[in-house]
Amino acid sequence: MMQATNLIQPSFWQATAMIATIVLTSSTGEVLTAAAMKSMGDLDVIRARSGMKGAIRAVVTSPLFVAGIFFMAIAFFSLLFALNHMNLSLVGPAAASLTLVTNTIAAKFFLKERVDRRRWTAAVLVCIGVYLLAH
Amino acid sequence: MAHRLSLQQYLILAFVSISVPLGDTALSHGMTSLPAISLAHPLTLIAAVFTPWIALGILLLIGYFASYLTALSWADLTYVMPATALGNVFVALLAHFWLHETISPMRWMGVALITVGVGFVAHGPASTTPPLNLPTPSSGAEDSPLDDALEGDADVEKEQVR
Repeated sequence: MMQATNLIQPSFWQATAMIATIVLTSSTGEVLTAAAMKSMGDLDVIRARSGMKGAIRAVVTSPLFVAGIFFMAIAFFSLLFALNHMNLSLVGPAAASLTLVTNTIAAKFFLKERVDRRRWTAAVLVCIGVYLLAH
Repeated sequence: MAHRLSLQQYLILAFVSISVPLGDTALSHGMTSLPAISLAHPLTLIAAVFTPWIALGILLLIGYFASYLTALSWADLTYVMPATALGNVFVALLAHFWLHETISPMRWMGVALITVGVGFVAHGPASTTPPLNLPTPSSGAEDSPLDDALEGDADVEKEQVR
């Protein structure tokens, strides 16, 4: 992480680096979590078979899930770090909307989801929409 | 893998989209109604957890995470993500029609784009992948889930050609 403790206005590149860190770590976390859940199969079926405790045990003992939570935690702390230097009205919408796009790319290549033109259009529309709404 | 969702699964997706804004609102309401907390007394933050609004907010966010994970177990990440974003639209509509807040044209534009985007995704299948560790028949590798997915791809392409 860069040394920017006394900066009031981070430079363009510093701001970009902070937002990129949030986006990449939260995307990694979400894709790992999604991979964990996908590999588990329908959680409703697991709960019906082995109860709530069984379902919770199945989730928290999954290595992919633990790795996902680890990256989500890093993303959370990089968000806190960025909020210490920039306004929420910039960091919040920028991180939320860019994560949508990186998640879509990662879902295509790592989760092998079939991201057709329909889903690409949706991802881009929702990305712009989230930015406009939160801005 | 089910491509059509059951009513219960749609209800879980609905809860995913409304629980975050509701939970955040409860947290915000709870924290602003408390006296200012200084860093010199961090223990007052722990006490805040047990006030009704904060507790409600935390319960909603725990419920969100549980239903989000459940949704990811039977639907694609690229399907659940837009559903989550729809929550922002509900908040804007509630703020406008219930709290009579004014919403700028830019924000209405955001509401429209998210709604259209969700419509695009909701029209297609919820899941396009088999579960990664689908129990494969002992007969051999030719029945692996990946092959099934690839065969599915080929079928779709044939249909498009026709």
